[in-house]
Amino acid sequence: MIRKVMVSLAAAAALVPTAHAESGWHLVNMTQGVTDISRRIYGLHMLIFWVCVAIGAVVFGVMIWSLVVFRKSKGAVPDTTMVHSTKVEIVWTAVPVAILIAMAVPAARTLVELEDTRNTEITIKVTGFQWGWQYDYLADGVLFFSRLDRQSDAARHLLSGIDPTTIDHYLLNVDNPLVVPADTKVRLLVTAADVIHSWWVPAFGMKKDAIPGYVNELWFKVDADKTGLYRGQCVELCGRDHGFMPIVVDVRTKDDFKAWLKSTADAQKQAAAPQQPAAAAPAAG
Amino acid sequence: MAHGSHAASDAHDDHKPHGWRRWVFATNHKDIGTMYLIFAGTMFFIGGLMAMVIRLELFKPGLQFVDPMFFNSMTTMHALFMIFGAVMPAWTGLANWQIPLQVGAPDMALPRLNNFSFWILPFAFTILGATLFVPGGGPSGGWTLYPPLSLQASESFPMTIFAIHLMGASSILGAINVIVTIMNMRAPGITLLRMPLFVWTWLITAYLLIAVMPVLAGAVTMLLTDHFFGTTFFTAAGGGDPVMFQHIFWFFGHPEVYILILPAFGVVSEIIPTFSRKPLFGYEAMVYATASIAFLSFIVWAHHMFTVGMPLAGQLFFMLSTMLIAIPTGVKVFNWTATMWKGSLTFEPPMLFAISFLFLFTIGGFSGLMLGVVPADYQYHDTYFVVAHFHYVLVPGAVFSIMAAVYYWLPKWTSRMYDMTLAKWHFWLSAIFVNVLFFPQHFLGLAGMPRRIPDYATQFTDWNMVSSIGAFGFGLSQLLFPYIIWKCVKSGAPAPSRAWEGAHGLEWELPTPLPYHTWETPPSAAVIARGAEH
Repeated sequence: MIRKVMVSLAAAAALVPTAHAESGWHLVNMTQGVTDISRRIYGLHMLIFWVCVAIGAVVFGVMIWSLVVFRKSKGAVPDTTMVHSTKVEIVWTAVPVAILIAMAVPAARTLVELEDTRNTEITIKVTGFQWGWQYDYLADGVLFFSRLDRQSDAARHLLSGIDPTTIDHYLLNVDNPLVVPADTKVRLLVTAADVIHSWWVPAFGMKKDAIPGYVNELWFKVDADKTGLYRGQCVELCGRDHGFMPIVVDVRTKDDFKAWLKSTADAQKQAAAPQQPAAAAPAAG
Repeated sequence: MAHGSHAASDAHDDHKPHGWRRWVFATNHKDIGTMYLIFAGTMFFIGGLMAMVIRLELFKPGLQFVDPMFFNSMTTMHALFMIFGAVMPAWTGLANWQIPLQVGAPDMALPRLNNFSFWILPFAFTILGATLFVPGGGPSGGWTLYPPLSLQASESFPMTIFAIHLMGASSILGAINVIVTIMNMRAPGITLLRMPLFVWTWLITAYLLIAVMPVLAGAVTMLLTDHFFGTTFFTAAGGGDPVMFQHIFWFFGHPEVYILILPAFGVVSEIIPTFSRKPLFGYEAMVYATASIAFLSFIVWAHHMFTVGMPLAGQLFFMLSTMLIAIPTGVKVFNWTATMWKGSLTFEPPMLFAISFLFLFTIGGFSGLMLGVVPADYQYHDTYFVVAHFHYVLVPGAVFSIMAAVYYWLPKWTSRMYDMTLAKWHFWLSAIFVNVLFFPQHFLGLAGMPRRIPDYATQFTDWNMVSSIGAFGFGLSQLLFPYIIWKCVKSGAPAPSRAWEGAHGLEWELPTPLPYHTWETPPSAAVIARGAEH
């Protein structure tokens, strides 16, 4: 019945004059993601979900049965002697214990793997700040900032007059995406410069808080054939523009990544080079 | 009638100050209970109005109505008003009204303390509400007050901390009163294991309050000294630790969650047997399950912060302890279900609210179990999935059971019956809209929408609209509640002393109209025997 109500309300909502590019009605479940870990998390999520559905079917079934059958209006007579049963109580304690153990085992296994940060092939330091991200390729001398792109930034202000639906990936686009190689175990060292932020890309199944004074680790290994752009957002309330610090990860093939890293490193070196004499000048004067 | 003699003497004992003095100097548990409930109702509507602002801004993408800072203030204040202003005082109000009636005591043990603990609250919330009008606006770092963000607040900061101290003091004093009353003022013959479950759950809740409110007070005091006196408890640059705040906060925060819900378990355990015309199934198991939940609530706190980068062993411990809570909670749900089994059910408004509690609280329990599984929590954490989860346990959980309790005991309090048809309308509108409001939030969270954001990517538009429509419907439906109560007090038909056919318990042994002072002589063994059928 609730479903019916929701569908009719949905129909009512559709009448509201807001056009948006694509419908979001189908977005009702977690993404399977593009890493082995994210798929395992999805599997775990669906396992618990179905366990809950099964328990729910039994418990709600008994409740609904009681509501329908044991009505006073149908002449039901209460069985006032039914106040206690050790046997039943043992059963409904033991069965949930067994179910929980069955769920805890795969969960613990996935968790152990998820926390295994050995043998990572590339390390990038991620620093959250109010309001954006800084990415530092520690071994390669590449460092840049990543903020909300200009189009979204113009449209996001109170009564900006710009329709968000006309903007490409409204609030989920940045000026400089994080670039990483596919099929590579990438480790991120996550920290923050001011307040707590949290780095999350749903397709990688990974989320870690960026905390000032802490360096947290997370890793992901995107499937070799899943190159492309993946989007996420800061998920820890971090002040005024918390809703406006997206994350975009550009996953490239190993070769493409190498080429990008080299050219970016060179460009950053060149940009820094002419400034050296200028910086030395005040000291001389 | 066993209590006929004292009922007669009540007639000339019924002296009380009149006019405003009756309320300001109140020491009568019924008057103070009424004030608590009216206060809670007022806060419920103010907090609700803030929720309407939130849902209005989230109706569609883009910012149409409020600045992000004000939006953040609304989410922060909505939580503080609802938790500390609406739900907790509502439970204290119900405790004030019901505990003396149910244990056969003439009043609460410490009446002047009772007056004090209530009158702190209006001042606390005036201070908190006033922060919206100071430079920089209200607190906007979330009700969890995580530093360093909460330390960035301006003028509102000391006011917020002071208000929280006052609320904490009020709760502790209220809890002391409940414990002293239950431990010392039970009528002879009412042993602990003959107490109604509402009294039991409140006793356990009161111990939780005394255990954790000082922890919150300590945490916010450290924030205060970090902000004004140069300490660095939570500032990494000075050798402090921002994560330590989260540990301390949630050591308070998780028991706090049970403070909000345990009395609800008590209420539902009173109502379901009444309208099933059958004693509660597994009374002792219910008491032990409540105690186990209270104990477990102290060892699960870090499940609120799995993403802070805890060691693997820590994550495993908090995952397993969290999953354990499902066992006593399951026992409770099974016991309630077994109470209805082979009963003789009728569906008056209190029962309707209790049944929807049973279904919807269980849904909140399921999503809670899902959130306890750490790898999956990495995906759920800080998304709308969490928002959906805790609103399912707090709205159709705590709030519905408060409404159930009011509809259950209102005929006793006022000696009048309310408009049953209107109350059923109130129920059905609430039950339908609460699902329209919160169910789609599961979808939004799973699809990747973070919580506490004033604006969102366009693919989240559809379900946000549904959720907002549900919110407006739910908000409007609640206006029926004060109207029904007002109408009952003004012009309700006289209610019999035992308002419900299947009701048992000492409160229903009292005469109607209910005297101003009750159980001035303890109930006799015969009255207790009649009332003690759980």
